[in-house]
Amino acid sequence: MIRFENVTKRFGSFVAIDNLSLDIYEREFFALLGPSGCGKTTMMRMLAGFENPSEGNIELDGADIVDVPPNKRAVNMMFQSYALFPHLSVHDNIAFGLKREGMAKDKISARVAEMLRLTRLEKFASRKPHQISGGQRQRVALARSLAKAPKLLLLDEPLGALDKKLREETQFELMDIQEKTGTTFVIVTHDQEEAMTVASRVAVMDAGVLKQVATPSQIYENPNSRYVADFIGDVTILEGRARKEGNRYELAWADGQPPIVAQSALEIGPGDTCYYAIRPEKVEIHHDKPEDDNVLQGKVIDIGYLGNISTYHVQLANGQTIRAQNFNTERSTQQAFTWDDTVWVNWTDRCGILLAN
Amino acid sequence: MRRMSGFNMIALTLGFAFLYIPMVILVIYSFNESKLVTVWAGFSTKWYGSLAQNQQFLDAAWVTLRVAFFSSTIATVLGTMAAYALIRSGRFLGRTLFSGMIYAPLVMPDVITGLALLLLFISIGLDRGILTLVLAHTTFAMCYVSVVVSSRLMTFDLSLEEAARDLGCTAAEAFRLVTLPIIAPAVISGWLLAFTLSLDDLVIASFTSGPSSTTLPIKIFSSVRLGVSPEINALSTIMIGIVAVGVLAASLVSKRSLVKRQADEAAAVRAEAA
Ligand SMILES: Nc1ncnc2c1ncn2[C@@H]1O[C@H](COP(=O)(O)OP(=O)(O)OP(=O)(O)O)[C@@H](O)[C@H]1O
Ligand SMILES: [Mg+2]
Repeated sequence: MIRFENVTKRFGSFVAIDNLSLDIYEREFFALLGPSGCGKTTMMRMLAGFENPSEGNIELDGADIVDVPPNKRAVNMMFQSYALFPHLSVHDNIAFGLKREGMAKDKISARVAEMLRLTRLEKFASRKPHQISGGQRQRVALARSLAKAPKLLLLDEPLGALDKKLREETQFELMDIQEKTGTTFVIVTHDQEEAMTVASRVAVMDAGVLKQVATPSQIYENPNSRYVADFIGDVTILEGRARKEGNRYELAWADGQPPIVAQSALEIGPGDTCYYAIRPEKVEIHHDKPEDDNVLQGKVIDIGYLGNISTYHVQLANGQTIRAQNFNTERSTQQAFTWDDTVWVNWTDRCGILLAN
Repeated sequence: MRRMSGFNMIALTLGFAFLYIPMVILVIYSFNESKLVTVWAGFSTKWYGSLAQNQQFLDAAWVTLRVAFFSSTIATVLGTMAAYALIRSGRFLGRTLFSGMIYAPLVMPDVITGLALLLLFISIGLDRGILTLVLAHTTFAMCYVSVVVSSRLMTFDLSLEEAARDLGCTAAEAFRLVTLPIIAPAVISGWLLAFTLSLDDLVIASFTSGPSSTTLPIKIFSSVRLGVSPEINALSTIMIGIVAVGVLAASLVSKRSLVKRQADEAAAVRAEAA
């Protein structure tokens, strides 16, 4: 439905978006994820029509939209700062776009009432934006941008200003609304958990380029680069040289440590430098030496207690730290492992992922 | 409230005394029974009565009000547009020069502005009268309006206009429906400021007015040369009153929107907590 074709955006000599191509499909909940300044807002502003690409085209439903002004696009945006009109009531804020369309009065009030119900704001219809709370404001902004039933809704860090609990609630509300209305959503966030929760597909950006575009689980379990692996979730990354051994690779990564075995479809030449990423929840920790594909010995140097899980930082003889997570299934204040314990960490050959770059 | 130190108290008293004693004396003498300005002979409002009979003064007052109304209205429109263009159009060639130029008339001596305008009107063959007065006052009041409005626009959240555009407004509609209502307090206080400036002006008016368009300040100035009469005191007292109301209203308009907003926000927070 949306197609970016070799889009480049420059501000002066600074390249904010670098030759980027991307397809976003109908009825999708698409998340743009990336560190601050990587060009997420710039992408949104190009979709909304506030910025023009320096090169390349942007298509919406097969038609080039680069020269279409923002007021003529079937695209609405929910602004990072909400941008509610302070002189209008909640009701009039939501009705604003409909009035511009020249919709009949009774139809407008029906539509506004529907939006108020959807966002549970019925009680606040006559209030001004500064007379309601932050979370309510955010819902007004959402209702306003949804009211015109756009083909595409852009959400620029919509939940940035909310506290954690409200944010989680709103995430589910957003998903609910997206399903009910069938609108295509593009959401910008730099909160990776949020992207994983709400989106059907996630794009990880870095400095104006797309690093990977995939479903949340693919991004998490099959990152295509160190950058993506490191950006999403917790991970330990080791560097070494891989040698093919049957259908597996053996990664020589440190002197005096056994090689790490890993299954991978990747083609890596003998002697090429490659990387190995392993997530802490895939690593087991034991007092006695276990049987497994990868078994390493080390010492507990740090423990992160999170209630439901604990993360152990295990330092190996060569100084490398591997993180392992354990569910605290038993209710006791006595931890199974404590500082300076000598322990074994182990995982199978399918737990980690081999990366070429 | 914190108690003021002795020094602050004295400084404040002196400052205000310096500012207001002359005016207070003028106001008091406007209620003087005696025809001699410097001799107090009891309280009376008769000079206000005789002022109301003085056709010359009434004519001048009518001219002044008309000029003030039209010039401040035109100045507000032009000044707002200039401020908007300067703040919004981003970097264009010579922008710094333009924004500097809009402030220049503020510091330009009135005599020079008046003289320049006079030369202009003579060279294009415009007869001096109400029209030239309105034009002249528009010229200098416009700068004040644009300063007031542009300082408001400086803090105006651009994304509000973008939101309006996003919801289907053309650039002009976005300005009319969103920007203008929000900056209205600044525009109104700009208008009030322009209005009182025009009422006050003597120097520029004396260059640009014709025989048929004597303004009150000119009239007062020329009558005083024949001697200060209690009538003049009464007239000046009225003008002080009008200007004071104007300036007060200007600051109240901008203050009130702020106070109301804060009260609303406080109410919202309380509702939240409950
Ligand atoms: N109008 C502009 N002029 C010059 N540079 C700009 C402009 N807008 C954005 N940039 C630059 O482009 C880059 C990308 O900006 P963008 O706002 O898209 O970042 P972002 O990914 O949204 O970051 P954040 O997460 O902080 O919102 C930044 O380095 C920014 O400085
Ligand atoms: Mg941004």
